[in-house]
Amino acid sequence: MNWNGWSEFFHMGGYAFYVWGSYAVTAALIVGEILLLRSHRQKALTLAKRTVKYGRVEKDESNDEIAA
Amino acid sequence: MMSSLNWYKYSSPATFYGLAGKAIPWFYGAAALFCVAGLYIGFFLAPTDFQQSEAYRIIFIHVPAAWMSMFIYIVMAFWAALGLAFNTRLSFMMASALAPTGAMLTFVALWTGALWGKPTWGTWWVWDARLTSELILFFLYLGFMALQAAIDDPRRADRAGALIALVGVVNVPIIYFSVRWWNTLHQGASVSFSKAPSMATIMLVGMLVMALAAWMYAIAAALSRVRSIILERERNSQWVAQMVEAEA
Repeated sequence: MNWNGWSEFFHMGGYAFYVWGSYAVTAALIVGEILLLRSHRQKALTLAKRTVKYGRVEKDESNDEIAA
Repeated sequence: MMSSLNWYKYSSPATFYGLAGKAIPWFYGAAALFCVAGLYIGFFLAPTDFQQSEAYRIIFIHVPAAWMSMFIYIVMAFWAALGLAFNTRLSFMMASALAPTGAMLTFVALWTGALWGKPTWGTWWVWDARLTSELILFFLYLGFMALQAAIDDPRRADRAGALIALVGVVNVPIIYFSVRWWNTLHQGASVSFSKAPSMATIMLVGMLVMALAAWMYAIAAALSRVRSIILERERNSQWVAQMVEAEA
């Protein structure tokens, strides 16, 4: 085991800013991408449903209502 | 031939849509497992580095992200080339689906590189061959996405994007070999095919497990994105109508 307790772990030998700065930003970007993927899917599903219901729907016309 | 028939079947967006939907949870699951294992190895099993102390632990994201940033670009260029050669809709959609994830991982490689460079080299950034060519990779991804977004006709957007993807692929070997071809501040490859790895085995294992996590995540994200793209582009087709009506 490398660490004598959590405070030493978080301290990262004095490199906490660099190490945790790397991991935190990476984690945030991955979470952000997953959220974007989810909203992309919702928009695509809504667009498909509208198209089936009303016939041809242009993507740009429907965007405002989908966002709302 | 049987095999060629199967290829045609799976290259139809309707079949692929269902198949990808089933595969995505497995890739996310594998990514999560590899990530937990890799972080455990990286933070609790791998020892403190005698030169860099704990700062080296950035390697467990930096190297996997950098590898994937190059690999995803090659895969993207491959799909673009396939699309241009055979005019297959799904190939172009795959290329488009890979770009944002590739751009994100390229940014991660640059960001963690800067945070690693400061304590070890004394600078966030230098305009040397490795760093500059990786930055160009980031702009290639952004250029691909911006160009596709700027062209309304999907067919033309596909072809224009494919051209950037193909021209830009020459940058990937430049990134990879830059540390050998030029004098750079960046260290040489830690892992290569020609010589034994220049790092402790447990550190190497942690890095490889994290690379697997990044790989599985990238597949899951790209498949998820390509499904949305398929829905958008095929929304006027019979199979989308049937699917939507079946769900409603």
